[in-house]
Amino acid sequence: MQTSSDDVLIARIASGDRLAMQVLFARHHVRVYRFVLRLVRNEATAEDLISEVFLDVWRQAGKFEGRSAVSTWMLSIARFKALSALRRKPEQELDDETAAAIEDQADDPEVTLAKKDKGAALRQCLTALSAEHREVVDLVYYHEKSVEEVARIVGIPEATVKTRMFYARKKLSELLREQGIDRGWP
Amino acid sequence: MTSEHNAAEAGDIDELLPWYAAGTLSRRDAERVEAALARDPELARRFALAREELAATIHLNETLGAPSARAMQDLFAKIDAEPRRQRASLGIGTRIAEFLGGLTPRTLAYASAAAVIAIVLQAGLIGVMVDRPTRSGYETASAPTGAPGVGAFTIIRFAPQATMDDINKFLEMNHFNVVAGPSGGGLYKVRVAENPLPSADLGALIQKLQKDKVVGFVAPTR
Repeated sequence: MQTSSDDVLIARIASGDRLAMQVLFARHHVRVYRFVLRLVRNEATAEDLISEVFLDVWRQAGKFEGRSAVSTWMLSIARFKALSALRRKPEQELDDETAAAIEDQADDPEVTLAKKDKGAALRQCLTALSAEHREVVDLVYYHEKSVEEVARIVGIPEATVKTRMFYARKKLSELLREQGIDRGWP
Repeated sequence: MTSEHNAAEAGDIDELLPWYAAGTLSRRDAERVEAALARDPELARRFALAREELAATIHLNETLGAPSARAMQDLFAKIDAEPRRQRASLGIGTRIAEFLGGLTPRTLAYASAAAVIAIVLQAGLIGVMVDRPTRSGYETASAPTGAPGVGAFTIIRFAPQATMDDINKFLEMNHFNVVAGPSGGGLYKVRVAENPLPSADLGALIQKLQKDKVVGFVAPTR
């Protein structure tokens, strides 16, 4: 079964094969969870959302046309679910959460250390990016998605994907500079 | 104009660096980036920054942990609560994909090699049949005619590992002619003598041929 492609699994799921669903879940749930978690920043919410994402995969498998990789399709569903969940949250709660995240970073003793450790500083700054920038950075660097796939997942033109990534990286440099690390770019 | 074009090209390449670092560019774009990196040290320095970002993003995501078993339990509880789905039969495309997907890379390699040998073999045999000089000049009525249907025949399937060269040598050394084939299953009708042979002699010849590494299967035929 290990060599079964995701497309074959989806075809099996479309015919009601529960085992194929287990295989697909085992193969992808961690990455989908991490993608959602980076967007919603809440572990319990992320866990709830991934079962919803895979339930959608179960229900929609018959409609999957194979125009993109299965993982790309699943990340599109995950993104939609995450944004819907964020929209359901009251604005106040969102603002508090964002503020807390930013404040946490500032108060974190690791920040001091980060000034010495560029890698740790970079990771700190990656968490401080806006959701829009975090999303594109994660899709490109962690989920290994091409320009075309990111465009498909996020629902924006390919040219916008490139410029968004470019500005995300610029913002990263600015955040690092605020921490005393000058990358010499831009 | 040229400088504007160069600036646009440089900007374009700059934007592609993250995908180049992640190894997700098309071959064409990757080659463009590689060429630009080779001639532009400043771009190479910025590429090093993209690699740092790549490493940090992977590190960050890998430390996020994994969902608990609750996620899977919830999912399958929901699936079990769904109305039972009519099991549709899988399409031919899916079946082929599944079959190929189930083969190990080594099996696929063997299968490809066997297919290549079969094609080469077939081409070789056609070549042998075409190139073999036709008899010309005067022949008496009692001389071997080589006419189709006259002689002793076998059907032979050559061993998959036999090369075209092996088969040519085998046919020439034994003075055999391929008179028909391949039929289904890769069988060739081969004339092994220009006159009919007594069945004992033909049996002995077949036993001898069966030991030849070029021959996979051999049996008498009319």
